[in-house]
Amino acid sequence: MPNTQELQDLVTQVRRDILRMVHKVNSGHPGGSLGCTEFFVALYNEVMELKDGFDMDGIDEDLFFLSNGHISPVFYSVLARKGYFPVDELNTFRLIDSRLQGHPTTHEGLPGVRIASGSLGQGMSVAIGAAQAKKLNGDSHLVYSLHGDGELQEGQNWEAIMYAAGNKVDNLIATVDRNGQQIDGGTEDVLPLGDVSEKFRVFGWDVLEIENGNDLDQVIAGLKEAKSRTGKGKPVCVVMTTEMGNGVDFMMHTHAWHGKAPSDEQLETALSQNPETLGDY
Amino acid sequence: MTTYTDQGKQDTRSGFGAGMTELGRTNPNVVALCADLVGSLKIQTFIDENPERFFQVGIAEANMMGIAAGLTIGGKIPFTGTFANFSTGRVYDQIRQSIAYSDKNVKICASHAGITLGEDGATHQILEDIGLMKMLPGMTVINPCDFNQTKAATLAIAEHHGPVYLRFGRPKVANFTPVDQKFEIGKALMLNEGTDVTIIATGHLVWQALIAAENLENQGISAEVINIHTIKPLDDEAILASVKKTGCVVTAEEHNFLGGLGESVSRVLATHHPAPQEFVATQDTFGESGTPDQLMDKYGLNNKAIEASVLKVLKRK
Repeated sequence: MPNTQELQDLVTQVRRDILRMVHKVNSGHPGGSLGCTEFFVALYNEVMELKDGFDMDGIDEDLFFLSNGHISPVFYSVLARKGYFPVDELNTFRLIDSRLQGHPTTHEGLPGVRIASGSLGQGMSVAIGAAQAKKLNGDSHLVYSLHGDGELQEGQNWEAIMYAAGNKVDNLIATVDRNGQQIDGGTEDVLPLGDVSEKFRVFGWDVLEIENGNDLDQVIAGLKEAKSRTGKGKPVCVVMTTEMGNGVDFMMHTHAWHGKAPSDEQLETALSQNPETLGDY
Repeated sequence: MTTYTDQGKQDTRSGFGAGMTELGRTNPNVVALCADLVGSLKIQTFIDENPERFFQVGIAEANMMGIAAGLTIGGKIPFTGTFANFSTGRVYDQIRQSIAYSDKNVKICASHAGITLGEDGATHQILEDIGLMKMLPGMTVINPCDFNQTKAATLAIAEHHGPVYLRFGRPKVANFTPVDQKFEIGKALMLNEGTDVTIIATGHLVWQALIAAENLENQGISAEVINIHTIKPLDDEAILASVKKTGCVVTAEEHNFLGGLGESVSRVLATHHPAPQEFVATQDTFGESGTPDQLMDKYGLNNKAIEASVLKVLKRK
């Protein structure tokens, strides 16, 4: 099991990957990707039980579904560095003929991806279905999902939230990235989400919070706590506060870097704040 | 003229229900989901016999499509059930991204399709669903004609890997296809051989096409009748072979002429063998309240309309 320093090095390297990927093609979504880096690194390297290799059915292993597919750069980087596909392939992000489409998809057969996402609000339903399939199969492994906070404005989420509680889907851990930002501005300015935790709670979920989703130790502890609460009759929700653009000073405290790539100079500055650890692709 | 006997009027949705009952007993991977329309979909027996394989999602079709996509991960074969309107237009993006683009093995089973839904009116009568579904890459689109064929189609799609849209209806209609007829996805069925005109029909219009062909025979017109139960993939070969022989075609469907079977046939003919064609279909309109028979008459979707279209297309040969 990797120690925290190794994981911290991986976090830094993934941030470099994200920045270099979006810079190369001058498109993509660095803000939310940088904000969720600790979550992905912790999930795939410290929390989930995974088999070697990849098959679509994922029987006898934990599953993860990314609902806010636009943060594909962090997903791709962590999958590659976990060994699902060659790290060099990150070079092909958003290029023609690539398996690394702008938003994740199963269509090109990229190992590690089990559903297309990008059109928002659909991932929780899919995660619920996969969790129920696990129960039918007598498979005690868990299903994890990640959702943007702005994404909760999509009504399908609330159908899914109601369903999961009503049907005691207690092998599901849905994490909400509460960064408070969306394309047009702050979530509370665009369409107020209010108290996300309380909303899940009154819908019948067991809710816990990670106060600083950019503190690796807190994320690991929070997700392990979430894991311990599964199997008790309620779906588990983790409301995780993050800082969009975390790790790059000029990308933080703004929604401006939701879907914008850095210039050459900006990349240089951003990379200098995240020195190479495990080797660039 | 080959004669067909109505074995007793039944609704095609009951054919679906009978198919589900059989699948429940024979295929442990089949699961069913429903959005608060169990009675309408005729799946109560499946539920009674396999309660652990049934998921009641409530009035939440978008969530139902997503859950169905997720259930495939782990090897389940989900059949979703609600009205055609709520199976397609209401959840188009969920089907597009989570099912079709993601190549999930989901069977979207849609009852109360078309205008024969009747008295509930246009809010519930979708006449655009074939078009919506056939435009999705990788989606198979099936519209069987009677009870027996709907049951056979339900069994067949469980054996086919990939997303399927299965469309059926509410009213009791003639049940005339053989009980044990094997259902081959994408394979047209020749119902009556003829030489003057080809009638290509789908769904409830197939029986009407047979009645029209009989009436036309009495007028000395030899009509070939083809039952197209699979609109996508379309049996191009069967269509071309017939139209090359007859030289003209009438298509018949309970659907808008935009986006339906007729347009798919037109594409085949325009590409390989241009020929005059008439469309028995709704004419870019919504439906309305009424009995199924009244509506089929008013909107030109019965044997009389097919007959009139044949006489018209023959003049254009």
